[in-house]
Amino acid sequence: MRRMEIIMAIVMGLCSIGLMIKSAELEIGWIPDEGPGGGAFPFWLAAGMLVCCIWIAFNWWQRTSPPSTSVEAFMDRPALILFIIAAGSLALMIGLVHLIGIYGSVPIFLVFYLRLFGNHSLRLTSALALTIPVAIFFFFEVTLKITLPKGSIEWIERVIFFPLYEIFL
Amino acid sequence: MEILDALLQGFIVALEPINLLLVIVGVTVGLFIGAMPGLGSVNGVAILLPTTFLVPPTSAIIFLAAIYYGAMYGGAISSIMLGIPGASTAVATTFDGRPMALRGEADQALTAAAVASFVGGTISVLLFTGFAPPLAEVALAFGSPEEFALMMLAFATFIGLGGDDIPKTLFSIFIGLALSAVGLDIISGEPRLIFFDIQGFFHGINFLVLAIGIYGIGEMLWTIESSRGNVRVSKAMVSVDRILGALRRTKEAVGAIFAGSFLGYFVGILPAAGATPGSMMAYGVAKMISKKPDSFGKGNISGVAAPEAANNAASTGSMLPMLTLGIPGSPTTAILLGGMVIWGLEPGPRLFVDQAEFVWGLIASLYIANLFAVLVNIAFIPAFIWVLKMPFTILAPVIFILCVVGGYAPTQNMHDVWLMFVFGIAAYLLRKLDYPMAPAVLAIVLGPLAEVSLRQSLLIAHGSPMIFFERPIAATIMAISFVLFALPLVKYIRARLSDRAAGL
Repeated sequence: MRRMEIIMAIVMGLCSIGLMIKSAELEIGWIPDEGPGGGAFPFWLAAGMLVCCIWIAFNWWQRTSPPSTSVEAFMDRPALILFIIAAGSLALMIGLVHLIGIYGSVPIFLVFYLRLFGNHSLRLTSALALTIPVAIFFFFEVTLKITLPKGSIEWIERVIFFPLYEIFL
Repeated sequence: MEILDALLQGFIVALEPINLLLVIVGVTVGLFIGAMPGLGSVNGVAILLPTTFLVPPTSAIIFLAAIYYGAMYGGAISSIMLGIPGASTAVATTFDGRPMALRGEADQALTAAAVASFVGGTISVLLFTGFAPPLAEVALAFGSPEEFALMMLAFATFIGLGGDDIPKTLFSIFIGLALSAVGLDIISGEPRLIFFDIQGFFHGINFLVLAIGIYGIGEMLWTIESSRGNVRVSKAMVSVDRILGALRRTKEAVGAIFAGSFLGYFVGILPAAGATPGSMMAYGVAKMISKKPDSFGKGNISGVAAPEAANNAASTGSMLPMLTLGIPGSPTTAILLGGMVIWGLEPGPRLFVDQAEFVWGLIASLYIANLFAVLVNIAFIPAFIWVLKMPFTILAPVIFILCVVGGYAPTQNMHDVWLMFVFGIAAYLLRKLDYPMAPAVLAIVLGPLAEVSLRQSLLIAHGSPMIFFERPIAATIMAISFVLFALPLVKYIRARLSDRAAGL
């Protein structure tokens, strides 16, 4: 935990510097008759972030913040595995949306999470993997009229969704 | 009399069939969300806000406020039945609720919590009805320096009263404000902070992307990690006779309920303070005024009732600054405020003048939500217990999917979904290191308003910051802000002095 505290402070400090440089692309000083330039607000906020990171690092050095004195691991092995499975499968689902759309990636995600990770029965898994995309379609596309991404495979939308739109929209 | 007329009009709006239905659905959904460990009102409101685009703003806010209310009731259920607080606001309920459940008095604790929540909710709505219009009238005289001073006050309360690590709280505020600056400069219209020239940053960062990232994805990752151990659901015997008996027993806690209600309401008004410290303070006061303080922590009914009355009262209290000043009193109201902007409303005192139907419809709906919440709560106790047994491996993927679809819906841009994912991961990692996340959500909501009011004020004063100290209202608010900013320093110096005295 102690090591992670200083790593995070350094990473956030570097991000703050990056933000200051990015903000300075616009005027950060005073423009006559216009007031503060467009970059002033984020620039000084980023400067504030940097000061906070230095302060956090100082507290780490002084061992005054709880994480800086903690001997616990930031993430033990079981926690790391859970994190990788949960966050990784979520990232994969979002990535697959680009390729096969929401209605392809959601059932795959559900089958993985429920069947392989959760060890739930095939019946429950297939029931949820089928009903949730249908519920999403009727709620978002039919009721709210929000078109959800169908992915880059063009025929999926043409063959499956165009007829559905004809019926329900 | 004017207030009563307005409230009557509000009831006409709130009792429209669609709004009434939304209140009932909202409190029921809220109760279930609140009852799930790891999920609270803020998660429910953040994840479900995108589903409200279907209905007019008044109905949308009524629905979300009902979820907020229901979740406050629901938080007690997992505190009592599992010994795990549904949300931080229900932590104090665990102290005595869990021992009662282990003694076989779960139904008594649940009923006391429901009744206390009802009384707390009702008292706070009555106080709200009385306080809101005069405060809004005063706030109408506010110009940009006063508005900016109010923002400072909101942030200062996080520093002074939040109780978290000061540099990390400040960092959270700064990063939230900086994220709100992404997109086009609100005054000149120039592109600003367009990272790596990614087109998606041109439309700015919607506060919902951050809110769902933090309270949906980040919170789920946190709960998945922390709920690795087995949880034991207590048995509850529920029957009409037992509930009536429990209602009679709740009379013992009347003093604690009233104390909790008033305390919760006034603490709830303060941004950053809100329901969690309110309920903790109410627990302390209930113990102080009790004839049997030794029985607290061992299953005293007042120890359940006081924090429950307080957290419900605080949820209403936190709506007062949101509606009258445009400053949210809690992370949940920060998201409601952001929702109001999406629905095309301008938060602040003018709402009472320009959108009277919206404001009074919401206030009246709180009375109705309160009534339905207590009825649904008591009637559905067996259903909540069943839901609590649902494995987290079913709930988590469903919530992840809701986050992805909910994150996509407002802007219909996959860029926002990825951004939400990144914020979720970052929030999870930062939270492990004690970085508070609520100030960042409050800051991204208030950011655009804070920047405009700051720049306008400086422009009026030709760059002199003294404008914030020359106008009486702004100066007073600024002075209070500085006191709050200095509060941790004073505490630190006092602690050092007492350490030194002890060492001598």
